[in-house]
Amino acid sequence: MSAAPSLLEVRSLTRRFGGLTAVNSVDLDLAEGEFLSVIGPNGAGKTTLFNLITGHDDPDGGTVKFSGRDITRLPPEWLATLGIARTFQHGRVFANLSVMDNVLVGAHVRFKAVRPAWPSPLSLLGPFAEVALALIRPSSVVTEEKRMREEALRILARFGDRLLPRLDHPTYSLSYANRRRVEIGRALALGPKLLLLDEPTAGMNQTETAEMQTLIGDLKKSGLTILLIEHKLDMVMQLSDRVIVMDNGSVIANGKPAEVRNNPAVIEAYLGHRRSDKSEASVPEAAE
Amino acid sequence: MSSWFDYTVNGLIIGNIYALLAVGLALIFGVSRLINFAHGSVYVVGAYAGFLAVTQFGTPLPLTIVIVVAVGALLGLAIERFGLRPLQGYAHIAPLLATIGISFVLDQLVQLTFSPDPRALPSELLQKRFQIGSGTIGALDILIAAIGIGSAGLLYYFLRFTRLGWAVRATAQDRDAAQQMGVDVDAVNRTVFAIASALGAVSGLLVGMYYNYIDPSMSFQATLKGVVAQVVGGVGNVPGAIAGSMLLGLVESYGIALFGTSYRNLFAFILLIVVLVLRPNGLFASRRQTPPEPMTGTFIAPSKPVQISPRTLLAIALAAALLPLVLPNPYVLQTLTNAWLYGLLGLSLTLIAGTVGLISLGHAALLAIGGYASALLSLDLGMPVGLSILLAGVIAAALGTLLVFPSFRLRGHYLSIATLAIGEIVSLVILNWDSLTRGPIGVSGIPPLSLFGFELDTDRSVYWFALGVLVVLAALQFRLLRSHLGRTLRAMRDDDIAARSYGIGLDRYKALAFAVGSFAAGVSGGITAHLYSYINHETFNSQLSILALTIVILGGMGNVTGAILGSVLLVGLPEVFRVAAEYRVLIYGIVLLLLVRFRPQGLLGTV
Ligand SMILES: Nc1ncnc2c1ncn2[C@@H]1O[C@H](COP(=O)(O)OP(=O)(O)OP(=O)(O)O)[C@@H](O)[C@H]1O
Ligand SMILES: [Mg+2]
Repeated sequence: MSAAPSLLEVRSLTRRFGGLTAVNSVDLDLAEGEFLSVIGPNGAGKTTLFNLITGHDDPDGGTVKFSGRDITRLPPEWLATLGIARTFQHGRVFANLSVMDNVLVGAHVRFKAVRPAWPSPLSLLGPFAEVALALIRPSSVVTEEKRMREEALRILARFGDRLLPRLDHPTYSLSYANRRRVEIGRALALGPKLLLLDEPTAGMNQTETAEMQTLIGDLKKSGLTILLIEHKLDMVMQLSDRVIVMDNGSVIANGKPAEVRNNPAVIEAYLGHRRSDKSEASVPEAAE
Repeated sequence: MSSWFDYTVNGLIIGNIYALLAVGLALIFGVSRLINFAHGSVYVVGAYAGFLAVTQFGTPLPLTIVIVVAVGALLGLAIERFGLRPLQGYAHIAPLLATIGISFVLDQLVQLTFSPDPRALPSELLQKRFQIGSGTIGALDILIAAIGIGSAGLLYYFLRFTRLGWAVRATAQDRDAAQQMGVDVDAVNRTVFAIASALGAVSGLLVGMYYNYIDPSMSFQATLKGVVAQVVGGVGNVPGAIAGSMLLGLVESYGIALFGTSYRNLFAFILLIVVLVLRPNGLFASRRQTPPEPMTGTFIAPSKPVQISPRTLLAIALAAALLPLVLPNPYVLQTLTNAWLYGLLGLSLTLIAGTVGLISLGHAALLAIGGYASALLSLDLGMPVGLSILLAGVIAAALGTLLVFPSFRLRGHYLSIATLAIGEIVSLVILNWDSLTRGPIGVSGIPPLSLFGFELDTDRSVYWFALGVLVVLAALQFRLLRSHLGRTLRAMRDDDIAARSYGIGLDRYKALAFAVGSFAAGVSGGITAHLYSYINHETFNSQLSILALTIVILGGMGNVTGAILGSVLLVGLPEVFRVAAEYRVLIYGIVLLLLVRFRPQGLLGTV
């Protein structure tokens, strides 16, 4: 549908758990700078799709391409170096690390001075060099650390005064909403080309959700390519360039927010799952 | 014994005994996802209960067995009630550490009551043998087989056809779901501990009768063998545990036939490592099955570590350095020197277990590698002692990292078991590699400590040397933890999945941390060898591994200052109060238990 070259290209991606097909032959294209949302009732396979794209799970079939390169089955630590960052639905901050350290870990792959990349036969010495540089701290390493810290502060400033006053607090002591913010800050510190957000506003109240929506909108404006999973359909409709709808592992609709909203199959999918308790909140919105 | 028939019978009989242990471990693991390190202690208690009954009261065999079953079951109930139930909701590693503490306490109590000397467990069955073809089979063999098969049958009936047995199976499948369906999970736990411990105790009795020999130190080996058999068969899998036990018994028996007795345990542990690394679900699991997962989670209790300013630390170090001038008491100096050396071990383990979250239970092996390396380098190659100690650190780092590297993909308890086995393998290789290590004789005449040609022959100079090495390595570790590596390693520990998705290659950083940590342990072992002037394969035994872990938990996991404080308290204080050696191990066990229960963050807090 888009003439721009795809940044992310997913073809016939499939993942089965025993008898259950959690992701069933899903195709997906994401152009550079595009904002695509994935919606669907609970258990539709959205998170599993994210896991397959980000290397946390291996597909039973299908391919994933990023910038034209086949990344199917590559481990997550490689994908990070290519510029793919994600957040997790249930939150995975480093609980005993401070807010600042969490964000700095997000920038891990960008620390070059302290982690010299050596050509293949020498690369075995990499870890030794890393320890040595961490202990000796030549000025290049010190400046790099300083630069990253400044950038981390700029990232954290995006969240107003939610996180800045708590830089040194371990994240286990933060509120739930703040932990989600730290996760997004950490993802931004990677300097991602593609950002995957799995229900970033889950468990947030209305004010917090609105705040998060503004932030994500800003990220979109800055040209970042974003893939979003979200149950709050108002937000999805306002932010997305395109929406795909999943149900029982398959894509059942794909198009502009307005098209998807009025698609009978979509309304059916949401209503059909009315008895599943978690999705109830989103049913009225979808049926409106 | 000469024929293969005899070796096979022997292997199967030993396999039966292992099965009695392993089935209990599998049941316990099934319902509580716990590897019970106190199981060997129950086995020892069973053996001694039988010994007491037979020698003091002359009980006939059937009555002896009943008594042993009762004692075992009661002990199991007590362990479950007082040791483990209070830990519900704690980190997953907490109950495991508690069972280690319990086993220390039980073993030590047995030893204090009955003395560490071996005893004979007389049995009228021992002499009776029947001729079968070219081989013979003993009446005792038949009894053991009958008890093994009988228990398996009873257990099968219980699990299959009784209500409680059904509850046990339901709990093993999904504890939360079972609880929601109204299964009394505590009752299930109690039952399982009672049954498992009764079987373990009988196993101890049978072994005692079979070899006509019991001693308190059988406990640790029994736990290990049970764990090996269980892992080989698939953790938590009862029929698998039986098959694994038979396999282990046969492997050991044929191994002895081919290579001799001293290799016996080596085979067991190598089998364990191979299975763990290649088929972590056991030999009999289907391939696609995911391993039982909820075994991750480190022992990091959220806490605010006590902040000690660098200036204060410097002042304390200076005071320690000036101590020999103020208080030139050789006894105090030797005690503290010892504490500094354990402090080095603590630094090592607090980095590996605390900062990175790899709970190593075989850390003494690194001391052993360092000790032997420095001793042999200086003795056989005439290397100057300072240099040999440095190289000992490097060798421990390289060898230690290489040995655990294949196990890095294991998580939680599995990794702990692997380190335990690797520790045992190292000590067995030292015992058997005569041409390099002088085997059981040990290495004597190790040159005393010296530095740049100056012999350190006073208590004072040795004290300063050990303190200096400790301060330098502690300072380096501080600096490392304050670099990007500190947050990288701790991030891995807190959430390895999130860490990976931010580009942290787990193997690389685990190896890096393990190498750095092993260096300190190797140096500690090296210095110790020169201080003792004699070492053998038992100098750095597995008790030291547990002591190291207790030191580290006492100080606060990952806490550099804490490791040193823990070492001064656990190694120094008992010495100052001249606590007798056998009570010390008891104290370690009790301290470990109390810490796990009441102060998991340690004295200075986890970092
Ligand atoms: N590791 C797994 N093993 C077995 N089944 C799984 C696994 N992960 C997911 N599933 C199943 O796959 C299906 C899709 O799950 P997924 O988490 O992807 O849904 P989702 O669309 O993200 O739902 P939600 O909106 O609740 O987050 C569900 O039925 C789930 O139970
Ligand atoms: Mg999901």
